[in-house]
Amino acid sequence: MNPLNSILILAAAFLAVFGEAAFPLLHHWLGAQVDLLPALMVCAALNTDMVTVSLLAVLGGMGFDALSENPFGVSILPLFAVGFVIYVRRDLILRELPFAQFVLGAMASAVTPGLTVLLLLTGGQNPLLGWGSIWQWLVMTAGGAAATPIVFEFFNWCQQTLGYQPQTETTFRPDREIRRDKKLK
Amino acid sequence: MLKKKHYLALGAVVLTALLILSLPQRATSRLKLAASSLFLPLFGLLNTAQQLPGDAANAVMPRHALVKEITELQNQNQQLRIQMMQAAAIGRENDQLRALVAWQRQAPWKLKLANVVMRDPANWWRTVQIDLGKRDGVVENMPALTPEGLVGRVSAVGFARSQVVLLGDPNCRVSAMVENPTHDIGIISASGPLDSSLVDLTYLSGNADLKPGENVVTSGEGGIFPRGIFIGQIVDSRPVEFGLYTEARVKLSANLGGLEQIWVLSQ
Repeated sequence: MNPLNSILILAAAFLAVFGEAAFPLLHHWLGAQVDLLPALMVCAALNTDMVTVSLLAVLGGMGFDALSENPFGVSILPLFAVGFVIYVRRDLILRELPFAQFVLGAMASAVTPGLTVLLLLTGGQNPLLGWGSIWQWLVMTAGGAAATPIVFEFFNWCQQTLGYQPQTETTFRPDREIRRDKKLK
Repeated sequence: MLKKKHYLALGAVVLTALLILSLPQRATSRLKLAASSLFLPLFGLLNTAQQLPGDAANAVMPRHALVKEITELQNQNQQLRIQMMQAAAIGRENDQLRALVAWQRQAPWKLKLANVVMRDPANWWRTVQIDLGKRDGVVENMPALTPEGLVGRVSAVGFARSQVVLLGDPNCRVSAMVENPTHDIGIISASGPLDSSLVDLTYLSGNADLKPGENVVTSGEGGIFPRGIFIGQIVDSRPVEFGLYTEARVKLSANLGGLEQIWVLSQ
């Protein structure tokens, strides 16, 4: 595991939650805000360890709920459920393929809000639901799906730019260089 | 398959979530405020960045434009002063009449201007956060409005920020009165999740005679919202529950989707 990836993912989650609250442009245009935490969770579950998945679920969920009217902590379990299932099955997933990332992002972005609303209803809350919620759910699913390959590309780029790159050894050795100087002959 | 460390992580996260969810309301509110305060530096940066273009535009604004604007504002100020004198005279007359019929005198409104700093990131709530808090004298349940009309009420208060739950959210119910001859009273409640400009006016009497375009204002019942704040206009109405009561759709006068500044009302 590379700690840089984990730190970057947690920092990205912090910024993603802030961005969702501070820039409601998508909400104005499409009637729904896209949540980037499920996309980040897919990336964390495929590229990092269980500690990062757990931290992302706890810190990301708490950050989201802190800026929302959600009861504090209600977003933790849905995020973790998605991350846990992907993490346990990640050896069977072709994680390098953008299409696989897209499908996983769509599934995660569809399941996470569904589970959150289910928890809210179970807890006696009364969220704003109606026929328009189906449209919002579709926008969240499509937005999360489109964002997931971009998130993967971004973290790959960060890893290549900021991470430690091991020096590749060459077969060239200066002490075995054949010199063709006339004086030495 | 599942290893020991997976079970440990699963147990730790589930335990943390259950622990937080089972905390008392007061502790949860404090935790929530503490967590949201982590975002304050970012909101400060955003606010500064948003002010920069305005400041730059002000710096290059020509003098004649400023003088023209000042003249217009002075004219407007004089008009408003005259209107205020008239309103004060009407107020005195109103007080005298209230005293004659022994009605309670209405306290004057005190307004505080607040900037909207963020919207709820969850699609199933309709709230905003403003940059006024306890330090500014804001307390829970204070009404929030714009010059166009009512927008909601303060639902949670932090030291420097507060959460305002908007009209149309399931947690914001307002007793409202239709300005028609029968003064029908109903409850403004949640509508659909997509269109924030329409809300439902429910529990109107079964024989309510509503016409499109009639004004809807706060009724003053319930103890949170003072009487007479403009909410919106009736769009249409229909009988529900076999005519047991009437339900109407109300077009809100305030644009909840584009809120930038709101007034918090303290009495």
